[in-house]
Amino acid sequence: MTTTLPFWKHKDLCALADHSAEELLTILHTATAFKGVGERNLKKVPALRGKTLVNFFVEPSTRTRISFELAAMRLSADVVNISASASSLEKGETLLDTARNLEALRADLIVIRHKSAGSARFLADRLNASVINAGDGAHEHPTQGLLDAFTIREKLGRIEGVKVAIVGDILFSRVARSNIQLLTKLGAEITLVGPPTLVPATFAPLGVRIAHSIDEVLEKTDVINLLRIQHERQRKEYFPGVGEYTARFGLTRKRAERLKSECLIMHPGPMNRGIEIDSDVADGRGSVILDQVTNGLAVRMAVLYLCSGGAPLSKTDTNLS
Amino acid sequence: MTTALHIQGGRVIDPANGVDEVRDLFVKDGLLVAEKPDHAEVIDASGKVVTPGLIDIHVHFREPGQSHKETIATGSRCAAAGGFTTVVCMPNTSPVADSTATIAWIQERAASTACVNVFCTGAITRGLGGEEMAPIGALAAAGVVALTDDGRCVQNHGVMRRAVEYAKQFGLPIMDHCQEATLSADGVMNEGEWSTRLGLPGWPSLAEDLIVSRNILLAEETGHPIHCQHISSARSVRLLREARRRGVPITAEACPHHISLTDDGLKNFDTNFKVNPPLRTPADIDEIITGIADGTITILASDHAPHAPYEKEVELDQAPFGMLGLETELAVFLEILLHQRKALTLPEIISLLTINPAKLLRLDRGTLSVGAPADITILDPDHSWNYDKNKTASLSRNSPFHEMSLRGRALFTIVGGKTVWDLESGFRS
Repeated sequence: MTTTLPFWKHKDLCALADHSAEELLTILHTATAFKGVGERNLKKVPALRGKTLVNFFVEPSTRTRISFELAAMRLSADVVNISASASSLEKGETLLDTARNLEALRADLIVIRHKSAGSARFLADRLNASVINAGDGAHEHPTQGLLDAFTIREKLGRIEGVKVAIVGDILFSRVARSNIQLLTKLGAEITLVGPPTLVPATFAPLGVRIAHSIDEVLEKTDVINLLRIQHERQRKEYFPGVGEYTARFGLTRKRAERLKSECLIMHPGPMNRGIEIDSDVADGRGSVILDQVTNGLAVRMAVLYLCSGGAPLSKTDTNLS
Repeated sequence: MTTALHIQGGRVIDPANGVDEVRDLFVKDGLLVAEKPDHAEVIDASGKVVTPGLIDIHVHFREPGQSHKETIATGSRCAAAGGFTTVVCMPNTSPVADSTATIAWIQERAASTACVNVFCTGAITRGLGGEEMAPIGALAAAGVVALTDDGRCVQNHGVMRRAVEYAKQFGLPIMDHCQEATLSADGVMNEGEWSTRLGLPGWPSLAEDLIVSRNILLAEETGHPIHCQHISSARSVRLLREARRRGVPITAEACPHHISLTDDGLKNFDTNFKVNPPLRTPADIDEIITGIADGTITILASDHAPHAPYEKEVELDQAPFGMLGLETELAVFLEILLHQRKALTLPEIISLLTINPAKLLRLDRGTLSVGAPADITILDPDHSWNYDKNKTASLSRNSPFHEMSLRGRALFTIVGGKTVWDLESGFRS
């Protein structure tokens, strides 16, 4: 058993900003062990048998919710899914009251997605149950940051010194913030790419470079992470439209040819093919977009396990019962 | 009931009269008198400071309509416990104080329940809607001391211009909450590094600066005083400094939280730090303090804004803006301006809390002149204490200063010759 990384003593995971590199590496190491479980024929371990997990998704999500659900099932937990429309929030109940009701029903883990930044932390501070943030407004999406780092480490063998470009709507992106928090702690060099309205100078103090042209990063970067770009009402004063966005920041086939041959192409999904990423590029060489999804499951198993009080595992651990 | 008082041996600071010396003060029938009256109750103020009763021209007492947050009675007790003898209430009540009926109701309520002097402001526009002028003449006749849409800012410059021009005939100052709404948009905290880290919508200084500029131009154009409330931004201070140098009739106030707390206070999503305008950066604090010291900002006020615990116990972006202020105000100002920064002398700070606000709103208060109403505060600028929000006189608990260690505190609050509160025995009624 491992004794080298005993760094997880928290019931909650609300933000990667809250945790040290050692703690976050503990999650990644534990995820490596759980990834092995997912590759087995028998994919289930009894680590969370008897525990109840509530997937409390106040904002719509498919991939993250299913990923948490499967992660919990593989750990033998019981899972209940609640969406906003099916909850009493619709009737004016406060978030805290709804969550307290879930706790009164003896939920051990609450996985929450909510439009308000800080909502996971807000509940974590007030509940005895473990609270796992599955995305709070534009603040953080910790398990996405973890699965992105996991994927980079798996494919490139390291994170320190790796050059990562994150492209798109950084201002409103919780994925970007969790990536920035984790990857800078682990020694990666991050460049944020997008128009000044979506990548304002206020990001500089977070320890990142800022570029307003995708063309200046293509040849240098080891990883390019393309965020979903949307042009709904809220964004209309930030950039003129998807056409101009694709022309200036889309990873077209032509631009992809300029990437290093070993450069990883990532996307947190759901993709807009032909907008932030060319369809062929999404499916082509260097794309690890589906690996990210697979790894998300292992990372979420690790997070649920550790926040339930499980002892950290090393990648060689196979005895998970 | 009238009382005669003999306040003995204190350091009397009365900036309006250029007084700063140890002397006795006498009170009879609610007024300051020159001679020691018979049968005077003696208050030993030796080693303490005696000042005109402190004045706060920016409070929200929530009546009528929101008496679960605060009432005029409980708000006035916060004032008294903070050393304030006079407050000026903002009009964003329910209904809005935009009619003589509401003003009369508030005045009646204050007369029957408040333990300090309560003055009213009236709205600039009907319902704080920003479009139609409120009945300014009638409000003036009803005794409002200023006009403001505080909490909102009149966005329509044409409406604001006409309101300032119209108010001028009554000599009623305009007070403005400076916030350009298309720039602040859905912002909940200062736009900067911390809003970026926390993923919270930013409310940029620019939104304040633009309206401060607008108000400078309007004050200059109309020749009528405009007072910019709760200045939070460094650039606003610089704009005001330049305008005042040119003689523009523009004034400004600063609040305790804007010189003591910064936007990183929100890093744990604590809604007690959510206030409008928002907490900004150390550079903003430095410039505001410089502005207080050099006479750009001439008034200190709290923006006492109570909200019930259940209203603040929500997601940060859903929570209302505002924080309690009256009980900690004097201590925060003294702690920062006098003790930590040594930016002003004690008499200078007292001016900003007494005669300056009295002059702006033409209140017959803020001095210790013989014949003036006997509103007196006795304070100890060095008294060390920790604020405990659970012991507040307020109905609410939304203070970011909970358990903060502070220096400076009121010891006695005397309104119209009556001691309404003192530190040892608390409220007198």
